[in-house]
Amino acid sequence: MRTFSYVKATSLKQVGELLAANADAKLLAGGMTLIPTMKARLAQPSHLIDIAGIAELSGIEVKDGKLTIGAATKHVEVAKSAVVKKAIPALAYLASHIGDPQVRNRGTIGGSLANNDPAADYPSAALSLNATIVTSKREIAADDFFQGMFTTALEAGEVVVKIVFPVPAKAAYEKFPHPASGYAMAGSFVSQHGKNVVRVAITGAGPGVFRWKDAEAALGKKLAAASVEGLSVDATDLNEDMHGTKEYRANLAKVMTKRAVAKLAVTAAASKSGGK
Amino acid sequence: MAKIELKINGKQHSFDVEDRTLLVNLIRDHAQLTGTHVGCDTSQCGACTVHMNGAAVKSCTVLAGQANGADITTIEGMAKGDKLHPVQQAFTECHALQCGFCTPGMIMAVSGFLKDNPKPTDEEIYRGLEGNLCRCTGYINIVKAVKQAAVAMSK
Repeated sequence: MRTFSYVKATSLKQVGELLAANADAKLLAGGMTLIPTMKARLAQPSHLIDIAGIAELSGIEVKDGKLTIGAATKHVEVAKSAVVKKAIPALAYLASHIGDPQVRNRGTIGGSLANNDPAADYPSAALSLNATIVTSKREIAADDFFQGMFTTALEAGEVVVKIVFPVPAKAAYEKFPHPASGYAMAGSFVSQHGKNVVRVAITGAGPGVFRWKDAEAALGKKLAAASVEGLSVDATDLNEDMHGTKEYRANLAKVMTKRAVAKLAVTAAASKSGGK
Repeated sequence: MAKIELKINGKQHSFDVEDRTLLVNLIRDHAQLTGTHVGCDTSQCGACTVHMNGAAVKSCTVLAGQANGADITTIEGMAKGDKLHPVQQAFTECHALQCGFCTPGMIMAVSGFLKDNPKPTDEEIYRGLEGNLCRCTGYINIVKAVKQAAVAMSK
């Protein structure tokens, strides 16, 4: 890695001042993406501002039908949280399947969302659940936040503070991880809000997370895997590489969506019968 | 340059290092504990796994600055005198290594996830080892050792 100055920040105010004073500074949370990126010299920041220990960025709570998670919360904390498991079990499940155990012990939800890797898991949850990303400057709806490959609505000097998830009636996440890298070849997060509103977010398949609106409309009428059967994801803009063609990924996105919908039914039946 | 103060295997250390120093280099080059290995240096292989405040982390992807004030355990800190840690003992008895390069990281990863899940199923063992690669592909005996260690540690 090229040289840089490391600063351990203690408050959001200090982070704001440091970012304003150093145009080439970058924020460091878990570092699970940024440090490898710097090793590969794809990023050469002048300063790393470590935000992992800032109290304002931590905490998990449920209030008024909304689950709020601090940006510096690690994947392992979301995966193990009794609060998350009770409010949105699919989110705890998703967190427990990110990367590997060592990565989950360091990586953070805010870092994952701000990075917006096309194959990351969390963006699909934020988009499907219609989350609000609360930053140091404003509140951004997930629909506006994700803007394609590694791109978000975040402006220079803006810091993700917390993520607010409306608690859905039901939710489920299914992904097909690449067997070597573990990254999602395609993942589908399906959630139902109220009776007829269903949101489906696909990750891994395209240049960024996106909503599959045809499936949402069909599932809003009837929440069953069969509702998706006659539909297909438009493959035109999907990713194509040595691991799979656009058409393969389009099909995989549909299969993952069907699996997630099937899982919704199982989860709902279990909670009705008092099981887990 | 930064002053890093941290505990490694119970012993307090203080080092003056460049800000870009990785935890694994601090451990190997400055604390002279070379049991922690650098395999891929891209946080895929897990050979550099150590415990930071009790949690398994890949020390090639942690900056020394991030570990300032932390309590680190490396493979050298696992045995108590002549008595091997149960995971080390199980790896020895089950012949869970061939070349041995991945072994320190494997042992740190296994002892990390057994703390959370003392009685893992086969599937949970595979998932617990997802962050570690053995290029001799000696996984069968590694999984066997994890099971034996789990039994030994629950006694």
